[in-house]
Amino acid sequence: MIQTAVTIAIICLALSMLALVYRIIKGPTLPDRIVALDAVGVNIVGIVALICIKVDTTAYVEFILLFGILAFIGTVAFSKYLEKGVIIDHDRDR
Amino acid sequence: MIEIANIIIVIFIILGAFFHLIAALGVIRLPDVYTRNHAASKAATLGVLCILLAAFFYFYFHESEFNTRVLLCIVFMFLTAPVAGHLLGRAAYHHGVKMEGSKVDDYQEYLEIKKSNEQQKYEEFKKKLGKNL
Repeated sequence: MIQTAVTIAIICLALSMLALVYRIIKGPTLPDRIVALDAVGVNIVGIVALICIKVDTTAYVEFILLFGILAFIGTVAFSKYLEKGVIIDHDRDR
Repeated sequence: MIEIANIIIVIFIILGAFFHLIAALGVIRLPDVYTRNHAASKAATLGVLCILLAAFFYFYFHESEFNTRVLLCIVFMFLTAPVAGHLLGRAAYHHGVKMEGSKVDDYQEYLEIKKSNEQQKYEEFKKKLGKNL
């Protein structure tokens, strides 16, 4: 029962990732693309969790944590670049 | 016992996949950045929380292993995904993307008043917003 549900869920997540890739390619503005990219990161986390259930191992759980952190840092860097034009500010009094 | 656990796990997995599909549908169909960001950051977060909770229950009932790392993942995704959505929305605003079909923009007004540095106008603006909120 669980194996069938996991297969169906992986197919659903793959379809939704396809939709997000469509938005990344077509998106009229730059923030559209970054929103879709952030959602792709969340999607990858979900797919890896499902694969963990499917192959019955906890070896990939570290990857989930790591990819969550990396996607968050990437989104923060992108949005800071959009807002200010720089990602790491220089010191003012130097 | 294990059958009830299986049913709970399957319900969480299907719910998570459903929320992911809804999020992707919203990102395709909605008209501008802010609504797309609304769909992606809320529905995708809830979907991934459901799937991670299903993974936690699976390892707990089938391997009888209390997997703290999955719990940590749940807490981390729950904390960071809305923050990322907020930052993206603000960056889109300052990048100059207009909202589709909206005429009222209080934040623009606020920025102008703040730039002009007039105390009286600012007080009036605060009163007006207080009425609306």
